[in-house]
Amino acid sequence: MSPASVEIKTLKIDGRDVGAREDQTILEVALENGIYIPTLCHLEGLTEIGACRICLVEVKGTPKLLPACVTRVQEGMEVMVNSERLQNYRKVIVELLFSERNHICSVCVSNGHCDLQSMAQKLGITHISVPYRHPHMPVDASHERYINDHNRCILCTRCVRVCHEIEGAHTWDVTGRGSQAKVITDLNTAWGESDTCTSCGKCVQVCPTGALSEKGKSVSEMSKRRQFLPYLTLMREGRP
Amino acid sequence: MSKVKVATVWLDGCSGCHMSLLDIDERLIALAEKIDLLYGPLVDAKVFPEWVDVTLVEGAVSSEEDLAKIRKIRAHTKILISLGDCAVTGNVPSMRDVFTVDEVLNRTYVENSDLKQLAPESVVPKLLNKVRPVHEFVNVDIFVPGCPPSADNIFYVLSELLEGRMPDLAMTARFGA
Repeated sequence: MSPASVEIKTLKIDGRDVGAREDQTILEVALENGIYIPTLCHLEGLTEIGACRICLVEVKGTPKLLPACVTRVQEGMEVMVNSERLQNYRKVIVELLFSERNHICSVCVSNGHCDLQSMAQKLGITHISVPYRHPHMPVDASHERYINDHNRCILCTRCVRVCHEIEGAHTWDVTGRGSQAKVITDLNTAWGESDTCTSCGKCVQVCPTGALSEKGKSVSEMSKRRQFLPYLTLMREGRP
Repeated sequence: MSKVKVATVWLDGCSGCHMSLLDIDERLIALAEKIDLLYGPLVDAKVFPEWVDVTLVEGAVSSEEDLAKIRKIRAHTKILISLGDCAVTGNVPSMRDVFTVDEVLNRTYVENSDLKQLAPESVVPKLLNKVRPVHEFVNVDIFVPGCPPSADNIFYVLSELLEGRMPDLAMTARFGA
């Protein structure tokens, strides 16, 4: 779309008048205007999928809560991004993520560098009010350099998207449904036997938790390097 | 003014939270002027007192003995504090929950043992099927996450309670800290 044909929409976010291009999402506009909306599956440089539902917002006139990352702006929209109702839903979502798999922060490679852990803190979660499920989840350490620990995975699919959209290998995918869903490499073969994996490590660096980590990292040592992503996206967009 | 009656309890944990409590260092002296520590691993009392104002619980509920203890403690405590990730989330002890108790005992007493003896059936408390956080069994008033919680956070919680305020740890404490 050429810049000349883009319409400008005006809307309100948390009572503030803001202007946006018609092709922008509520999340983009909020970020541009310094309005914080919490996110987990969102990562700048990757397509939005609205998987985690942390960024749910209220839009006046609709009873449904809408994910800010995949909802386009509309003229005259009135958006609430931080109501008590939303805060409660966000807390429940994060609590359910903690209870669904085995997130034992104290012995995790990403302890202190984890998006899920810091989200819990940001939302003021001091305990999980639903029962833990403790499923039997495997760990795939077959790759020469990396480890996939399904216990820590929150199914944000950042790994799937970065591998497909940026690296172009499409090693990762998702199998199963609901709480049985699992990220897999190739056709559910061991990561170490993957024909398509280039060992670039982008999936590891974008993973929000300790699910994907580098081998040799101990508790708290796995801090992720994400600076490369906007740069790579920019370079890619700049191509003729 | 009479001193505030305090107890500490050690369920299925590593005692790290009690170590962190001691890490309050010289501020303990100021605390000691205001509290009476009546029960716990740090004092030589065998029976939980009739009534305490504040009990700090370290560790998850993992055995029948833990369960009986925490129920008794709840009934005799005004303010119950889940201290640390084991009490708050189940933490490391709960990592056995993906296995059955028989599998865990067999692994411990047979597979990994030179003596190949069977798991004890007396003296040692019977394990519950699952390790659970304290609040799944009894009502908890204050949660102090962290593995262990920092000495500063523990001191803050106790100081606020002594001042008659409910502490708010939402922004300073996190799981696994």
